[in-house]
Amino acid sequence: AAQELVGRVVLPGDVLLLPSHPEADGERLPLGPGFAPPGRLVCGPGLRRCGAGLLVTKCGLLRHRQAGGAGGGSGGAYWVDSQQKRYVPVKGDHVIGIVTIKAGDIFKVDVGGSEQASLSYLAFEGATKRNRPNVQVGDLIYGQFIVANKDMEPEMVCIDSSGRANGMGVIGHDGLLFKVSLGLIRKLLAPSCEIIQELGQLYPFEIVFGMNGRIWVKAKTIQQTLIVANILEACEHMTAEQRTQAFAKLSES
Amino acid sequence: MAGEVRTRLSKNLLRMKFMQRGLDSETKKQLEEEEKKIISEEHWYLDLPELKEKESFVIEERSFMPCEDLLYGRMSFKGFNPEIEKLMIQMNSRYKKEEIEADDATEADVSDEEMARRYETLVGTIGKKFLKKRDQRVLQDQDEDKDENSNMRHSKMKKMFLKPLD
Repeated sequence: AAQELVGRVVLPGDVLLLPSHPEADGERLPLGPGFAPPGRLVCGPGLRRCGAGLLVTKCGLLRHRQAGGAGGGSGGAYWVDSQQKRYVPVKGDHVIGIVTIKAGDIFKVDVGGSEQASLSYLAFEGATKRNRPNVQVGDLIYGQFIVANKDMEPEMVCIDSSGRANGMGVIGHDGLLFKVSLGLIRKLLAPSCEIIQELGQLYPFEIVFGMNGRIWVKAKTIQQTLIVANILEACEHMTAEQRTQAFAKLSES
Repeated sequence: MAGEVRTRLSKNLLRMKFMQRGLDSETKKQLEEEEKKIISEEHWYLDLPELKEKESFVIEERSFMPCEDLLYGRMSFKGFNPEIEKLMIQMNSRYKKEEIEADDATEADVSDEEMARRYETLVGTIGKKFLKKRDQRVLQDQDEDKDENSNMRHSKMKKMFLKPLD
């Protein structure tokens, strides 16, 4: 059953049985604590619907979140927390891409997926047919996927549904871009992440996280930029104590 | 002989518009039925059991964002890029904001007592608006009754039909 496996390793091909719905068990009354409240259950990345249960498609740790949180369904959410380096475009994800081709109406953007994403020149804030955005080959783009499925070329935009940029668009020309694993990005973007909070106390800098594993950093000097980049790369497998030690050493110097 | 010939008019001929007028009701019905039969035979239909739409309780979500409540991907610290810092607050406090707004709603501009006092006087004036003209006059008359009784008779006199003088 899905409840028992939460926090444990699951492998592709495993089938998770969901706590049965009220109409499914006729005679047995749902009494145990394992009974999920009836409602919409969200099956997140790494899981697929399959008959009465969930089919695992990635190996990793099974995660669960109780209902009530923002964004989740009323029946809670299950997903697989996997360690992965190859990005697969997902609709709605914010990613950092590199413009590779400028071809008429669209730009081709490398996002680290199996295929380059297309980005229309009209999908920028304030862009019209006459007023083209100033985007050159090699620029970094922070954007969002609006089309991403396994059969089609992914498509990006740099505006939200109301036409505002909201921080998306071309990222500054200097700074440093590096790649980390997809798991680290999620770890750093978690609301309770201490690494980012501690880093923010050090000195002024700006940072952009793409869900495709790319991080862009810019600080006042190149040295400071490199320090931030090295800390982020190193802290993936550090314990909290090791990290505090490293930070103490840093603040001394 | 002649009668027999007439009954042997072909069906296709009888189906024509100008032939329909002379037909009696029985042959008309027969023709219609045959036509229906032809149409229903020509119609195609899938010989399948009816599909049952089962309501699914599981929603597939391919993104980690809603599952893990991830923050917005652009950050700036210690005033490096004030624009982004403003955006950070805006994007990351989306859920907190709703609570704040709910608090604001309870704080009204006009207190309840003031509202009640105001509506006390409004009841009469707005009520008048929805009455018919005749009812309005009755209301006015009642008011006038209280002031002076003599006026009442005067108003009644007014309504009487006056015979024109010769």
